[in-house]
Amino acid sequence: MIYMALFGTSVCGVLGFEYWQTARVIADQTDTTIEVETQGLAEHYREFGLAQLIFVIKERARNNPNLQSIYLLTTPKYKLLAGNLSAWPEQARGKPDWVNFQIETTNTKGKKVERPARAQTFLLPDKFHLLVGREMTERQNIQALLTNALVWGLVLTLALGMVGGILMSRHVLSRIEAINRGSRAILDGDMQRRMPVTGSGDEFDRLSENLNAMLNQIEFLMTGMREVTNDIAHDLRSPINRLRTRLEVTLLEKPNPENIKSVMKDTIQEVDAILETFNGILDIALAESGVLRDNFERVDIAEVMTDAVELYEPVAMEKSQTLECSIKDGLMVQGNRNLLFRLFANLLDNAIKYAPENGKISVEAIADKTFISVVVADNGPGIPPEQREKALQRFTRLEVSRTAPGSGLGLALVAAIARLHNAPLKLEDNAPGLRATLLFSKNG
Amino acid sequence: MRVLVIEDDQEAAAYMAKGLKEQGYVVDHAATGPDGLALATAEKYDLLIVDRMLPGMDGLVIVEALRKSANHTPVLFLSALAQVDDRVRGLQAGGDDYLTKPYAFSELLARIEALLRRNTAVSEQTVFKVADLELNLLKRSVTRAGQKIDLQPREFKLLEYLMRHSGQVVTRTMLLEGVWDYHFDPKTNVIDVHISRLRQKIDKDFEAPLLETVRGAGYSLRDTTA
Repeated sequence: MIYMALFGTSVCGVLGFEYWQTARVIADQTDTTIEVETQGLAEHYREFGLAQLIFVIKERARNNPNLQSIYLLTTPKYKLLAGNLSAWPEQARGKPDWVNFQIETTNTKGKKVERPARAQTFLLPDKFHLLVGREMTERQNIQALLTNALVWGLVLTLALGMVGGILMSRHVLSRIEAINRGSRAILDGDMQRRMPVTGSGDEFDRLSENLNAMLNQIEFLMTGMREVTNDIAHDLRSPINRLRTRLEVTLLEKPNPENIKSVMKDTIQEVDAILETFNGILDIALAESGVLRDNFERVDIAEVMTDAVELYEPVAMEKSQTLECSIKDGLMVQGNRNLLFRLFANLLDNAIKYAPENGKISVEAIADKTFISVVVADNGPGIPPEQREKALQRFTRLEVSRTAPGSGLGLALVAAIARLHNAPLKLEDNAPGLRATLLFSKNG
Repeated sequence: MRVLVIEDDQEAAAYMAKGLKEQGYVVDHAATGPDGLALATAEKYDLLIVDRMLPGMDGLVIVEALRKSANHTPVLFLSALAQVDDRVRGLQAGGDDYLTKPYAFSELLARIEALLRRNTAVSEQTVFKVADLELNLLKRSVTRAGQKIDLQPREFKLLEYLMRHSGQVVTRTMLLEGVWDYHFDPKTNVIDVHISRLRQKIDKDFEAPLLETVRGAGYSLRDTTA
């Protein structure tokens, strides 16, 4: 509404100005013409005398039977001498000046009509009165036309403006309302709902796309949390149950100090295993939440990898495995040094665990202009393609590894840490074996 | 050795006190922050064990206050807070070590011992001896019974750490921190393998085994002949 008022006022202003200028130009033009003619006639009188002036005026009057141009010459006492007016207008008596008055003419149909006229009066030497003017109908018609045009222009502009304004605001409001509707639906519990995208690529679409990206992220985090609670419930129940049973049964037996001591030692071990699982789940959840990104620092991946290789080298040696290393110098990224070490430690641990005796494990880190590529590969049984995605989930124990020790969280943690560092983990066939790749984007 | 435990969980504090007393420590207990701060200021302790989540007060505040008044008693933080910067903040506030709950009691004991030993100027030493095993930091050499032993750099660092903590229990986590400078709990037996390699070199061909495995806790390098 305010916009409309402002718009309307400015349009009025512009049109009004135009009108005033145009009207003035037309008025000025007419007056100038009259003025020039008046001066011309006065000159004529001065040069050639009264008789000649009368002659000229009579001729001009004859040429203007319908009073398009008006001429009148009178004596000092206003007695008619020449011209096409029947009498000296009353308004014109007095000092020589511009005067507007009405004249009587016959129109094309023969009727007598009154028309507006404008004239200039002039006092010739010897006090003769000269009047020169023009009939103003046409000028007034033009003025009326102009006014009309301007008024209509104003009305049209205001109307169009109003309509346009309403349409536009309706459009904007409807887009906003669509987003509001979506938000309310989500708040009411429809977590799958997303904001509408019309495909026009305008600001509202961009807003919707950004909101949708946020919602996807929230959904991902919520799913993660749900999974954590599920995992905790599911995978801690069994060991806790085992623990309880063992303690209960021991209570039922005859008290035997040796036995009790050994049961307690086993219990501590079992509790440790439970704690390990518990901490593993929390670590993954923490890594997935992205909170740790706030404390990222510059980390040399080459250094971390070399340290990890050095830590696991004796373990590989025990299985007579060869550990091949090709790590380029100085590969810097933004990240968390301890988590990255855990990532490589887990990958190496897995590789050594699954590769056979005398097997081969290779560790590689290279960089090009945009990426740092890290690969840990082994020539063990590998993971069949259809099971690769599942392998990254928590607590998955693939057939191959059912008998091996570990909590089943290793790869899940690796995947979470990799995602936290924007270097998603890719599992491929090492023909034979598993090839785990991470691509870090270069960061200074 | 006098230890002050500032912990609001009565049961946990009681068990901790009992365990520490078994090991020969004299233990006092404060259940609130203000009480703990008052006790720590009034009395002389060899070690403070401070829980971070105290009613109405973060344990950090107590330690910061102590450090400001030039009290340099070693502090071990216990906390259920395990975010990355929590540990850093704890150490920055003046803490000397940080253990997250739940922890193994053996780990707690080992770290307490390490902190207490640290306080008695071992850092300046350049030559370490345990029985007939000798490590020279300046010469980077290791000998046992006069015989030279060749160690790789990491093995040397490992032995140095064990010798600095000779007679104490050293946990796997402590080794990973002190020798490899990474902070987490290594699940698999990776540290064990390094220890056994070291053992091969310093114990196998000699009479008395010095590098012991302490079941459920970690390792210890000690003179078993004494």
